[in-house]
Amino acid sequence: MELCPSIKNILLLDSEGKRIAVKYYSDDWPTNSAKEAYEKAVFTKTQKTNARTEAEITMFENYIVVYKFVQDLHFFVTGGENENEMILATVLQGFFDAVGILLRGTVDKKEALENLDLILLCLDEIVDGGIILETDANVVAGKVANHSLDAGAPLSEQTITQALATAREHLTRSLLK
Amino acid sequence: MAQPLVKKDDDRDDEADYSPFLGIEKGAVLQEARVFNDPQLDPRRCSQVITKLLYLLNQGETFTKVEATEVFFAVTKLFQSRDIGLRRMVYVMIKELSPSADEVIIVTSSLMKDMTSKTDMYRANAIRVLCRITDGTLLTQIERYLKQAIVDKNPVVASAALVSGIHLLQTNPEIVKRWSNEVQEAVQSRAALVQFHALALLHQIRQNDRLAVNKLVSSLTRGSVRSPLAQCLLIRYTSQVIRESANNTQTGDRPFYDFLEGCLRHKAEMVIFEAARAITELNGVTSRELTPAITVLQLFLSSSKPVLRFAAVRTLNKVAMTHPMAVTNCNIDMESLISDQNRSIATLAITTLLKTGNESSVDRLMKQITNFMSDIADEFKIVVVEAIRSLCLKFPLKHRSLMNFLSNILREEGGFEYKKAIVDSIVILIRDIPEAKDSGLLHLCEFIEDCEFTYLSTQILHFLGIEGPKTSDPSKYIRYIYNRVHLENATVRAGAVSTLAKFGAMVDALKPRIFVLLRRCLFDNDDEVRDRATLYLNTLGGNGAVVETGEDVKEFLFGSLDIPLVNLENSLKNYEPSEESFDINSVPKEVKTQPLAEKKAPGKKPTGLGGPPTGPPSTVDTYEKLLSSIPEFANFGKLFKSSAPVELTEAETEYAVNVVKHIFDGHVVFQYNCTNTIPEQLLENVTVIVDASEAEEFAEVASKPLRSLPYDSPGQTFVAFEKPEGVPAVGKFSNMLRFIVKEVDPSTGEAEDDGVEDEYQLEELEVVAADYMLKVGVSNFRNAWESMGADFERVDEYGLGPRDNLAEAVNAVINLLGMQPCEGTEVVPNSSRSHTCLLSGVYIGNVMVLVRLQFGIDGPKDVAMKLAVRSEDEAVSDAIHEIVASG
Repeated sequence: MELCPSIKNILLLDSEGKRIAVKYYSDDWPTNSAKEAYEKAVFTKTQKTNARTEAEITMFENYIVVYKFVQDLHFFVTGGENENEMILATVLQGFFDAVGILLRGTVDKKEALENLDLILLCLDEIVDGGIILETDANVVAGKVANHSLDAGAPLSEQTITQALATAREHLTRSLLK
Repeated sequence: MAQPLVKKDDDRDDEADYSPFLGIEKGAVLQEARVFNDPQLDPRRCSQVITKLLYLLNQGETFTKVEATEVFFAVTKLFQSRDIGLRRMVYVMIKELSPSADEVIIVTSSLMKDMTSKTDMYRANAIRVLCRITDGTLLTQIERYLKQAIVDKNPVVASAALVSGIHLLQTNPEIVKRWSNEVQEAVQSRAALVQFHALALLHQIRQNDRLAVNKLVSSLTRGSVRSPLAQCLLIRYTSQVIRESANNTQTGDRPFYDFLEGCLRHKAEMVIFEAARAITELNGVTSRELTPAITVLQLFLSSSKPVLRFAAVRTLNKVAMTHPMAVTNCNIDMESLISDQNRSIATLAITTLLKTGNESSVDRLMKQITNFMSDIADEFKIVVVEAIRSLCLKFPLKHRSLMNFLSNILREEGGFEYKKAIVDSIVILIRDIPEAKDSGLLHLCEFIEDCEFTYLSTQILHFLGIEGPKTSDPSKYIRYIYNRVHLENATVRAGAVSTLAKFGAMVDALKPRIFVLLRRCLFDNDDEVRDRATLYLNTLGGNGAVVETGEDVKEFLFGSLDIPLVNLENSLKNYEPSEESFDINSVPKEVKTQPLAEKKAPGKKPTGLGGPPTGPPSTVDTYEKLLSSIPEFANFGKLFKSSAPVELTEAETEYAVNVVKHIFDGHVVFQYNCTNTIPEQLLENVTVIVDASEAEEFAEVASKPLRSLPYDSPGQTFVAFEKPEGVPAVGKFSNMLRFIVKEVDPSTGEAEDDGVEDEYQLEELEVVAADYMLKVGVSNFRNAWESMGADFERVDEYGLGPRDNLAEAVNAVINLLGMQPCEGTEVVPNSSRSHTCLLSGVYIGNVMVLVRLQFGIDGPKDVAMKLAVRSEDEAVSDAIHEIVASG
């Protein structure tokens, strides 16, 4: 058994199963077509289930997949068949909630694509090469939001987005205290 | 015509969900990336362009080598900007581009500057990026910073360094191992995740040192580990320690069990579950140990969270295989899960109930399952079918209702895999439960009346041919079979002809009628069907008189082929047409070990219809080719058996050597597979000096040195021994690796001219009796046993002394004999007091051997064994007893 808990991939798909952002940490899917086939299979298998209030779970080939849906977004986390299901669910919840914080509650495909940079950074902060980096959504979101401005830049040069980000950062910081 | 329609559809879709990346195109984005070169950088715009590039990569777009290099160089310019958000995107981009070694140099200095920056975020990310893209040489330069980072005040920085360390340990273990003091300090960190990462790294550094792991576990289980993730790790390490120390403790409590039990009261669910699972997986777990774990899992069954319910029911399902009684307490909770929204949970619940249920609850359960079957997918149905099969084998008296259930679902809609699972189950039930034979065969007959799968039809026809003639009234099957000749495709028709012929050969009373039917088949429009009919009519004597069919004709027509088909196929491919005709006896009979995935499948019963599964290309074949290409060994004759590689060195030593034992009739060849793991060395003239003083019957005849063994490219050297022909000689050999070592300049890769002679002690190697035994399975042990006859049967009883449990004793004997366990009898149900194990194999000299082992525990853990051997040769039967007596 793999001793250190490891994540095989994290997927964020839309309501048709198309990619918003995906990240693979394992060589189980060496080519893009293998990845797409996996995503399609997972999506089809889970599509009809109701994973909106609580995270759901399924066995798939030799993988455990935990997933949760909101609006037209489908979140998935895959682990090996011997992985502790709770750990996978914790990672999923961390990702799900962090995206919620970063998109300020409006969690849908349009908002996710418009803030794709935040989503990608968020993935980067949760798992590094299959090893769990952080699962606390507030900390993850804090780390991602923190980066949206340069402390040295004068306020007048900040754009609206940056100003918003500053505000957001203050908010998350106060949340963290 | 279709074109505009599709387009319209697209348009409508686009309106519905607008995307900022609509119509994005690689070429245009690469053009846009030129803004990275502007003297006045616009951080926001640059961030957007990087996001677009990342979007393209994420969608599966690839950059050519040139494009990637261009983007990479442009991105490196962005280090000039002080915008933190942009820098963050730059880090991600560099990781995605995974630059080549010569490109890495460009960003190294920028990243090293960031690594020593005052901004925590810079330090953390620069470490992760640099460690991802760097190679060993650079690592020594930055090692100092990494060690500092591990004990950094900021948890994000510390975690970044530790996680990078875990990755680097794969490629540069010797460097990472030097950090263990810092890592040890980080284990004490107050930050939860730092503790988790530090513990993971520390354990990986020490994993080959059992004592150190033991110490680590015993110190940490006493203290308090704060992070739930770290606690899960600790539980895993603890169970590993328990597993490895299990053999030493004879009596008393299991070490660390209290720790595991304590974790069941942890506040984090993941820890509780990890501990419960660890307890259920303990070797030889007692029901007292199991109870607290089952109790918490039972609570999880009624949780509102599907993930928890799933985890609990999956674990209980596994427990039910070995300790069905322990799980019965959960049956009520389990039954309510049959209607669970999540079908995975429902299926697991059903199959668990099937395993734990008693004879009286079977009927009630079957009623519930019948309602449930219609609304689950095929893959779940297959699981249920397999569970029902094992239930039926457990309660043969219930075969009527279970067989009815199977035949009902066989008539319903379903895919091939599902139907095959059902048919396989029926076949196994027919074989194992004599009372179920008649009804089972009729169910199968009805099924082929309306079966859309050619494969299943032919398999069933074949099976009917074997079992049908042995029933009380064989004639009733003829109609079903002959109907196939009228109504089916050529493949099925040919199968039906063969089946008819089998009835004709076995049942004399039916002969005249069968011959009439077969003659009609002579006018079939398919060649194969006609050919078969002709062959059978001629060999069975259908040209007039009804005669008794001779044994050898039967054997020729219907006897089993005792050669694995893959091997036969390979031999036929290698055969070149010549004067010498193809000799079927030259085909190797060794059954290949099945792929791991199949072995792992829990509780898999022997395959029903398909026969032996086809494995990967045989290693025997490659060995045979390799050996016959060496002139010194060419006259040794046919290779009898090659053993699995035996390691002669510890893991992670300078030189890794394992040995494969090749057994010939009068010779033994040791093949030493050597790997040189030191980049700065080149080995030449590598030989193994073998001391055979403890192997009297062996005499060294040849040795083939390995001319050169460069770093990391394995090579082989051989030593051959002569031994008395056909005799299973055993002995112990001590080995010494001798070679000339030359220094290699790592930068140029060139070796120096002068070398030094050196030696390296390897571990001992033994040739044991099991080396003279081929693992060859038989498909039906009872038949094989009966047909072998009791002429050369030898029976004796042995005391095996005190053993922990039966399973251990059974394994020990199987390994000692090196034979193939049949019909899954190598698995011993937990806590059983007696067990029968069936083995088959081919002994040197091509003698088939069958063994029936009966074990019993007698008094306090004293295991006694009755060994019955049947073979084609008296001497061999005695030899088997000798192996056991001396082993």
